[in-house]
Amino acid sequence: MELRNKDFSAEPIVLEIKDLVVEVGSKSVLPPILKGISFDIRHGETVCLVGESGSGKSVTSLATMGLLPKDALKVRGGEIRLKGENLVTLSPGQMKQRRARDLAMIFQEPMTALNPVLKVGAQIMEVLDLHTRLSASEKRAKVIDIMEQVHLPDVERIFESYPHQLSGGQRQRIMIAMALILEPALLIADEPTTALDVTTQKQILSLIAELQEKHGTAVLFITHDMGVVAEIADRVCVMRHGEILETGTIRQVLEEPRHDYTKKLLSAVPSLIPREPRPDAGATPVLVTKDLGKTYRSGGFLAKKSEVRASYGVNFDLSPGRTLGIVGESGSGKTTVARSIMRLIEPTEGQILLEGDDIAHLSTSAMKPKRKKLQVVFQDPFRSLNPRWTIARSLTEGPLNYGVPYAEAIAEAKRLLQIVSLPEDALKRYPHQFSGGQRQRIAIARAVMLRPDVLVADEAVSALDVSVQAQVLDLLDELQRQTGIAIIFITHDLRVAAQICDEVLVMKRGEVVEQGPAGQVLHAPQHEYTRALINAAPGRFWDFAAHKPLVA
Amino acid sequence: MNTSRSAADKPLTLRLLSQISPSHTGFGPFIAAIMLLAVVLVTIFSPWIATHDPLAMDPLMRLKPPSEEHILGTDGFGRDLFSRMVLGGRISLLIGLCAAVVALGFGILIGLVAGYFRIADAIIMRAMDALMAMPSILIAIALVALNGPSIGSVIMAITIPEVPRVVRLVRSVVLTAREEPYVEAALALGSSTPKILFQHLLPNTMAPMIVQGTYIVASAILTEALLSFLGAGISTEIPTWGNIMAEGRQYFRINPGIILWPGLLLTICVLSINLIGDAARDALDPRMKKREA
Repeated sequence: MELRNKDFSAEPIVLEIKDLVVEVGSKSVLPPILKGISFDIRHGETVCLVGESGSGKSVTSLATMGLLPKDALKVRGGEIRLKGENLVTLSPGQMKQRRARDLAMIFQEPMTALNPVLKVGAQIMEVLDLHTRLSASEKRAKVIDIMEQVHLPDVERIFESYPHQLSGGQRQRIMIAMALILEPALLIADEPTTALDVTTQKQILSLIAELQEKHGTAVLFITHDMGVVAEIADRVCVMRHGEILETGTIRQVLEEPRHDYTKKLLSAVPSLIPREPRPDAGATPVLVTKDLGKTYRSGGFLAKKSEVRASYGVNFDLSPGRTLGIVGESGSGKTTVARSIMRLIEPTEGQILLEGDDIAHLSTSAMKPKRKKLQVVFQDPFRSLNPRWTIARSLTEGPLNYGVPYAEAIAEAKRLLQIVSLPEDALKRYPHQFSGGQRQRIAIARAVMLRPDVLVADEAVSALDVSVQAQVLDLLDELQRQTGIAIIFITHDLRVAAQICDEVLVMKRGEVVEQGPAGQVLHAPQHEYTRALINAAPGRFWDFAAHKPLVA
Repeated sequence: MNTSRSAADKPLTLRLLSQISPSHTGFGPFIAAIMLLAVVLVTIFSPWIATHDPLAMDPLMRLKPPSEEHILGTDGFGRDLFSRMVLGGRISLLIGLCAAVVALGFGILIGLVAGYFRIADAIIMRAMDALMAMPSILIAIALVALNGPSIGSVIMAITIPEVPRVVRLVRSVVLTAREEPYVEAALALGSSTPKILFQHLLPNTMAPMIVQGTYIVASAILTEALLSFLGAGISTEIPTWGNIMAEGRQYFRINPGIILWPGLLLTICVLSINLIGDAARDALDPRMKKREA
């Protein structure tokens, strides 16, 4: 795999955006969302808009599609020219004509972008109904043809399926088929693979590249993931706060980034090279699981009985000061393991030994004294803090439950806020007054308020921008060095696991397929599935921080 | 996206207050609030506003038309209609308010338990289904018949059929809220079940409960009137809008005011409460408003 390296200067320009300004509402005093951005895309070329959340990349795509939320956002100035025609001046009716025929879009979440009560075949047909005058059989043939082009298996059956009967990857293929059926000149892909597993992501990315080659489509690809950029981009525009900071070919941007922000973004991309192995002090493990498993049983009276084995045969031991990574794709059972260990659910098999005591089947009251030794940080910092509670109340909840006097608890809260680099006056504020990264640091502070022995981080950095992700990982590392806490780090992202874990456990469909020191698992994977996961990690051939290809 | 989230995160009271100004709501809810306030003030100060003893009968003054002495005339026993009406409003509003408070109290408690404990859920919800399967006015009549026509038993009779509706609403809110990670985090922090129920889950139900509460007040006032009209309400010793109208039925041709005036007041009152309830719903759940527009 290599960076793309094709010259497009001879190709005609498909999309040209000039000095585009988008503002909030009508009489707003807020600064514009887009502050006069300009770029172009040529026939057959892929331009990536990269930026963190709030950079204005999605607004750019919506403005191009003419889909800015009415009344909320407005184009104030500039031009969007598609094959020379200025889209900004078109009426909504004319714009409707252009969509699908000349420009099309695919979204992040294919489940919500498809109508759940219509068969997918009929939904693709609808595009033809609106824009062509083909006969029913011609339309069907065309739909079948495009479905084959996006490599859907068993096309006749899928044609008659509803969206919920398909996998995430298949649904995204349907979206792509729908977008490309009229062979538009421009395809806008807004984070099309962010909600997908890495192995599926790889397939979708190569599908988009293949179809682009075939039809000469210009692609505007929006992503926050530098790895994905390295895989597919011809040219890159780096965005921040509604401005394009840097534009260049993929090679220029990755090898010689000019802007400091670009350099910062690149150095924040976690590398797949595992951390230096830390010496195992050989201390007594604080947490040991033996054949841990959870089977969900449903049905019973009147309903058909069914069983789902969410996880089984999980064995590991974790010493103080060490980090264990549990890696797997969605549905692999990694979160079930985490929830079992936390005793948020009761495991159906095996043992969980916390300092030698089995806590797998303890009652709520017997569990209470153990709880403070096990704490958790969740994925979504917007939902893991009670929005109605001040930060002080959230932070002191745990200590107060264990009879710590309020004054002592609040003093500890202040101390921890300092450690997670938040001002002391944060105590009086509410969660919505903080950014995602800040909230996640508050959640970590809350978890360590009780001085636990084990911290379970369930996808704790997955919802964060890369630069924030790096900060939170550093914070966890720092806490671990200071307190000797043991961490169980659950993630779908091998890069993140490589950065922080001493040992890695790879799960697939509820089963542990590979387990061992991080260096060994990531460097010399034994199991085929681990190899597939590593191969699918986007941009794995590139060392972002060092601005050069990785030599294996 | 961020702006809508922060709007929803604002404290409840602030969101409600910001909706009171007429520039925000249009004039409907504003006028409704003023009218309701007027009715409430009149009923609160009714002992001073009333011109006569509402129970003093005067056989010589039966069914008189409005005069200087009796502003709205007299009823079949020669009692002053105006005095009976303002004092009756007191009882009607009291019944409405009490019914709402009691129904919300029980409903929230039962709903929290049903939403949080799976085994309790199965049992409680079947009982609630059974209760909802019976026509509420029949339950109310039966309860009044069993317990006698006192204010307390009428409140109970109105409340019990309302409870299942509140329970369903609370349960549905709790079912979604309990899946929130902050509830699981609280569990991990060793919070007791009552703490999770009342400090984490209960506040989530407040917004829909305020709205539901206004609807219950309105419907309880109507049900009370209906019960009185059917002769199953509070005895006429204690005037309410319902039993004034019920008595006026037989004299409708001689003095239609006996039904007209309490009826008008009742309508204004219920309409105002419902309008305010709608405004509260729009303020607390902006999505509902959008869907209607």
